[in-house]
Amino acid sequence: MLSVKNISKSLGTLAIRDVSFEVQPGQYFVLLGASGAGKSVLLETIAGLIWPDAGRIFLDGRDVTDEKIQKRKFGLVFQNSALFPHMTVYDNIAYSLRCKGLKNSQIQERVDRIAEDFAVTGFLKRRVQTLSGGESQRISLARAVASEPRCLLLDEPISSLDAKSRPQIRALLRKINRQGQTIVHVTHDYTEAVSLGTHIAVMDAGRIAQAGTVEEVFQRPKSEFIARFVGIRNFFKGQLEKPVDGPANLRQFVADGLGLSVMTDSVAGIGFVMVRSEDVTICSAAMNAHTSARNNFEGTIVDIIPAATGIEVLIDVGAGKPVEVAAMISAESVKSLELHCGKRVWISFKASAARYVEQ
Amino acid sequence: MRLSSKIRVEPLSLAFAVFGGLVLLFIVAPLISMFVRCSPGELVETAKDAEVRNSIWLTLWTSMAATVIFAVAAIPFAYLLARKDFPLKRLVTAIIDLPVVIPHSAAGIALLGVISRNGFLGKAAGKIGFSFVDSVAGIMMAMAFVSIPYLINSARDGFLAVPVRLEKAALSLGASPLQVFLTVSVPLAWRAILSGLILMWARGMSEFGAVLIIAYQPMITPVLIYERFTSFGLKYARPVAVLFISVCLIFFITLRLLAREKQNA
Repeated sequence: MLSVKNISKSLGTLAIRDVSFEVQPGQYFVLLGASGAGKSVLLETIAGLIWPDAGRIFLDGRDVTDEKIQKRKFGLVFQNSALFPHMTVYDNIAYSLRCKGLKNSQIQERVDRIAEDFAVTGFLKRRVQTLSGGESQRISLARAVASEPRCLLLDEPISSLDAKSRPQIRALLRKINRQGQTIVHVTHDYTEAVSLGTHIAVMDAGRIAQAGTVEEVFQRPKSEFIARFVGIRNFFKGQLEKPVDGPANLRQFVADGLGLSVMTDSVAGIGFVMVRSEDVTICSAAMNAHTSARNNFEGTIVDIIPAATGIEVLIDVGAGKPVEVAAMISAESVKSLELHCGKRVWISFKASAARYVEQ
Repeated sequence: MRLSSKIRVEPLSLAFAVFGGLVLLFIVAPLISMFVRCSPGELVETAKDAEVRNSIWLTLWTSMAATVIFAVAAIPFAYLLARKDFPLKRLVTAIIDLPVVIPHSAAGIALLGVISRNGFLGKAAGKIGFSFVDSVAGIMMAMAFVSIPYLINSARDGFLAVPVRLEKAALSLGASPLQVFLTVSVPLAWRAILSGLILMWARGMSEFGAVLIIAYQPMITPVLIYERFTSFGLKYARPVAVLFISVCLIFFITLRLLAREKQNA
């Protein structure tokens, strides 16, 4: 278990203040925050590249705060792969094993096994300059895992990759995590956080603003900052069904007893659907026959909250148990529709506005 | 290489090219003149002269040895300068450049103060029956004194160009700082280090002023050229100079080519 207790560090204009959190073995913990929030400083402090001004770091109950970086057993992967350009792929993966003084036969055996696991066997003799971004990151992960870290620290490992490589590296990260590897992943991208994390901590101005499971943070943001930063107020965990008749990418997603239409090419399985509150419209009467929107639900207004960009209206559309949907509308609309708490209304949003992210 | 017909020559570039041509001529003309005025017969005779051959060999190996010996300390020092901040770092950096800016005869006098029989290093050496003055060790000290800034500055620039990220990655993979230095930093800065080594070696070979003060004998080639010039005149000094420059150029170009091959490998 990784335990970070009251870590503070000032580094020029960047600072982290009194940060504490715990990561259980096998967890995929995502540190989510905007640029300058202090995520990378925190990660490098955990790794031992930066000494904290205050606080302690424990790994499996052992205080590693004053331990040398090479003794800590953290594997570090950077945004732009930090592969050694003067070495082949094989030598990169073998680097940590050579540092440990293993015999060549043992190194060969380990590298071959990891290369097979990471599907990079065909790359072993190549020089790293010849690799694509996705391939480089794959090798970086293989190299980090080869060192058998107690905890893998990832600093925006997907951000600089092209659209084609991202899902591949995500799938690889999930696989590594499923094999029991504890991971701490720093990112500014909430879709990455949702897609990969089992637990999330949102960082703001050097502090942890909220930590918890993905559902807790996205469904119940503790502050307006978090709500705005995570960007999505309507967040549902559920099951994506297999394609049926009709357009192949128009699919059913079932969450909390609610059937949603979503546009996606993803394979069926557990995932999340996110809908921006700005994409949800409110009507005072059923519009099913007169709208192109595939998602239409009747519900009761439970709250009306003024926000910086308009009025946020919370509508409970759940059948049996509450399922809240947020709609961001103008003050004029609230007035003209005579909206108030307890009023029955219809909400609607298009299937294309429902974004599916697989877990 | 074929020049593209689409290249447009701007008047300003043309003017700068003329200036460049004049500067090149300034460097090349005396050398060409020296080579032209020296007959092949004179060169062969000079090459047969054992004193000249011994002197060229002495110059080559003492400069090489001085470069290698001082590189052991200079390269790690350059790494320190590239990676760490410490009090008075700017002063230290300025001190490194001092040998380049002070007159080399003055540098020789300064060095003599330390390594002569009355200097603290000379006294210590004297106790074990060794003297730097008029010795090969003295020549190497004088050569290194004036040429070491080239190695340190080049190696420091090389280390600065190595991404810190790579060193951090190596540390996190379990490498000790020494392993990181030897397996990541030095190999990646190698081109700049090699360039610095070549420069230091070349600068050491061409040193005259400081060596003259420390060790007139055994005679390195720049001192021999001076001695031949003052004793016998230009006609006797010139073939020695031409031969020495030719040998130096062969070594210099070969090393540069080897460095380039390594870079392209």
